[in-house]
Amino acid sequence: MTEVLRLDDVPRVPRGVRLRFDEVRGTHLLLAPERSFDLDAVAADVLGLVDGIRSVDDIITALAEKYLEDRAVIERDVIGLLDELWRKRVLDR
Amino acid sequence: MNAPAPELPAPIGLLAELTHRCPLRCPYCSNPLELDKRSGELDTATWRRVLSEAAALGVLHVHLSGGEPTIRTDIVEITAHCAQSGLYSNLITSGVGGALEKLDALADAGLDHVQLSFQAVDKANAERIGGFVNAQAQKMAFAGRVTALGLPLTLNAVIHRGNIDEMDRIIDLAVALGARRLEVAHTQYYGWASLNRAALMPTRADVDRSIQIVETARKALEGRLVIDFVVPDYYATYPKACAGGWGRRLMNVTPSGRVLPCHAAETIPGLEFWSVRDRSLADIWTSSPAFMAYRGTDWMLEPCRSCDRKERDWGGCRCQALALTGDASATDPVCVYSPHHARIKALAAAEAGASADHAYVYRSFSSGDRSAP
Repeated sequence: MTEVLRLDDVPRVPRGVRLRFDEVRGTHLLLAPERSFDLDAVAADVLGLVDGIRSVDDIITALAEKYLEDRAVIERDVIGLLDELWRKRVLDR
Repeated sequence: MNAPAPELPAPIGLLAELTHRCPLRCPYCSNPLELDKRSGELDTATWRRVLSEAAALGVLHVHLSGGEPTIRTDIVEITAHCAQSGLYSNLITSGVGGALEKLDALADAGLDHVQLSFQAVDKANAERIGGFVNAQAQKMAFAGRVTALGLPLTLNAVIHRGNIDEMDRIIDLAVALGARRLEVAHTQYYGWASLNRAALMPTRADVDRSIQIVETARKALEGRLVIDFVVPDYYATYPKACAGGWGRRLMNVTPSGRVLPCHAAETIPGLEFWSVRDRSLADIWTSSPAFMAYRGTDWMLEPCRSCDRKERDWGGCRCQALALTGDASATDPVCVYSPHHARIKALAAAEAGASADHAYVYRSFSSGDRSAP
């Protein structure tokens, strides 16, 4: 399957997946059934904007403004991350 | 020449075996041959304390298991306490007995995830394996309610000679029931499964075919179903890192409160297990003799000691090393570098050739305890 997340997709974190800051290890985590994903600060920022209302495009715009970074770079990173999480079944769209 | 002790990582998972009572009698049950009786089970207050201590220690996932965990009258309260403590709760259930009746309350209490076992897809076969009539209809109804409530569902099937022909049907069932994950685990031969090994061991050809089916399905179902696959030990080249390495990631609390590095650890004689009745979980994690015994690499003998895989598989499984070589400190004989490796391969092949109608020894409480379950 080569389908990729599109800009107008609206991602959301499904029930059973939780974004959490882990005090013991000092890292952001995405908790899912039988697994957890360590998130760096940027990934945590991206997921913090996933609310079931914003589209992928909205998320990219918000982050490009926040980081004052080239939109193409942000787009590549955001789609890369969200697409990977979708393939792992921890993100819906 | 002693290297400085690496800092002890915090455990990530806690397997809470709330009870050994279960309506099913699966011949590969991971519970010990000597089951804990109801009268010896921890009470609600102690479980609440243990779960709070687990959260403070850094545990992320709690697996509410058994036996059948929904048999406990306080299962909803225990689940709610996980949610209040920030713990990710995973209910590992057979879906039979009173499980369905309690499901809505569990979802309301904040349950994060459900893992439902299937013994097979074919009804008669499933009920023969589980030793319980009418289990299949209850499981189907339970699965339907899980997804109706919006809870994420994982299907779990233990694979052996009696159901390996149903591999593709099991995958189809997981999709049909709306599961996000499927866990297909070839039987690990400890306890009851070890007792039933000659009735459970599949042939090499069937194992290879099952691997092929899973590989194909993984690609076809990407983005719909994640398949976690545990390959059968005896046919492997290298051992698995049992429980992610002894005393590195997991703690297992038994119904009566003993804390084990893995669910089979009590098969190793001479290990001293501490109980949550006497000590805190943190104390047990850092200092319990059972956790210290095979933690890290200092205990290793050759060929593990000088092997460059020693921090990948951590010497494999201690319980299996004991069961198959008589020495819990030996290299897991599943490993190609073990001097016992060829013998294990031959044993698997011989037992896979045993007659197809080899009878199971069903799981049961010892004859003195007819009250449970």
